[in-house]
Amino acid sequence: MPIQRRQFIKVLGAGALASTAGCVGTGSNSEQPAVAGETLTLTTTTSTYDTGLLDEIHSDFEEMYGVTVDAIAQGTGAALESARNGDSDVVMVHARGLEDEFMRNGYGINRRDLMFNDFVIVGPEDDPAGIQGMSSATDALTAIADAGATFVSRGDNSGTHTKELNLWEAAGTDPGGDWYQETGTGMGEALNIANQQGAYTLSDRGTFISQRSEVDLVILVQGPIEDGPEILANPYGILAVNPGVHDNANYDLAMAYIGWITSPGAQDAISNYTMNGEQLFYPEAVSEDPNFQQYVPQGWSSDSTDG
Amino acid sequence: MALESVAQLLPTVFEFSFREGYVPSIVYVSLYVSLVAVSLSTLFSIPVAVVLGFTEFPGKRFVQSVINTGMGFPSVVVGLVVLFAVSNQGPLGSLGLVFTKEAMIMSQFVLATPPITAISMAAIGGVDESVSEAARALGGTRVDVALVVLKEARYGIATAILAGFGRAISEVGSVLIVGGNITSAEGISKTRTLTTAIQLEARQGRYETAMVLGAVLVVLVLVVNALVLRLGDDGVSQR
Repeated sequence: MPIQRRQFIKVLGAGALASTAGCVGTGSNSEQPAVAGETLTLTTTTSTYDTGLLDEIHSDFEEMYGVTVDAIAQGTGAALESARNGDSDVVMVHARGLEDEFMRNGYGINRRDLMFNDFVIVGPEDDPAGIQGMSSATDALTAIADAGATFVSRGDNSGTHTKELNLWEAAGTDPGGDWYQETGTGMGEALNIANQQGAYTLSDRGTFISQRSEVDLVILVQGPIEDGPEILANPYGILAVNPGVHDNANYDLAMAYIGWITSPGAQDAISNYTMNGEQLFYPEAVSEDPNFQQYVPQGWSSDSTDG
Repeated sequence: MALESVAQLLPTVFEFSFREGYVPSIVYVSLYVSLVAVSLSTLFSIPVAVVLGFTEFPGKRFVQSVINTGMGFPSVVVGLVVLFAVSNQGPLGSLGLVFTKEAMIMSQFVLATPPITAISMAAIGGVDESVSEAARALGGTRVDVALVVLKEARYGIATAILAGFGRAISEVGSVLIVGGNITSAEGISKTRTLTTAIQLEARQGRYETAMVLGAVLVVLVLVVNALVLRLGDDGVSQR
């Protein structure tokens, strides 16, 4: 019943807006921030964009507030860089280390855990490195390196690329040589390139599922969603750009967006989004015991930076 | 509108479906950005070509070599420079142009200007001396002479404009950087052009879709070429 859901989301959205109204501007909650007609610039990763998730859920938000969302798919590193330059209002990314740095430097505020999926190691069916079903991601990478089997790396400073580098580091292997190919492309294209070369690559599960019909690659090492190693977890966060640093950042609208996308309605929409019958993302914002750590850089304590 | 009906036909021919309005909106953005950029570029380039073609001044050779260098200037670098200019940190940051059609027009203007200027200059330079001599003998002012020569060189100038248009509409790198390849959630393009849409489809391995968009782009360029050449001909055959 899409109509019912929409009304449900409307009510929640109004609630989210009312709750943010108190903490913007002068703190007067006598009237709601008038955001209608404005445009929110969201920089995000190729994985959220290429799966079609954003197009699917954004129309609800746009309708509710009478606004436009410009989603720009760049990869985590570039998305944060755009925000640093004041060219976006809100970022949706998946590399906690980079997000923490972004917050520590004062560019991002009000981070929220948004959703998660996981990473999988995919490769050709004949599996020349023999990693099928390994329960350790680092062992699998070591086996690929030892076999000198072609491995396609994103090489674009994205969240997936960052994760891949962390995995090599954990495996104690410094990848290099003819078998290791950096493409500098988005996830979708990296999968295509791996497919054409019969190569291995690390992919987020969402993009792989949405492209499964286009490629002959198979999942050889599962992530935590399918009981794989925890190291392959892939959590997404959402952050508002600090209006104190960039006064042109549309903070009211960014907070309305964060309020909306972490509301139960939008979180349901995320978990209901399937492709080829498979769920791509698992909502994480609504939880029984909210975790304070999601708002601040990991390991942060209130006395370390008292501004 | 023919485009609409083509767009309606596509899903039945191929095994994919564009959302309604997706292709027309992309075509519109492509044409709008490139035509505006090339028009502005023409208004800027033709006077420059005339001045360079008709006057001698110190440093003229230098200006010409700058224009010739510009013809081969990498479009991605142009995009990067425009991004720095319009980014909120940049000198034009206050205008809020980043990720807009206007920023795309700026970068295409920079790309289209050198070829239009250089080829127009060659066309003006190629007009027979006797034409301007005759115009002068008839008591024409410098402006009259220039107009006569321009009229004589119109075919070459049309070619110049087409070269600029070709460079603008077929360009991917810079419009991707400054425009951001944006569509609305309903699938209506804001800054997505045919070239960046092709890039996106190819990135996701949807090669058939990419091919269809590629065919649309080629047809578009051919149609614009035909129209401009007819204008350059004044609709009258010379021979």
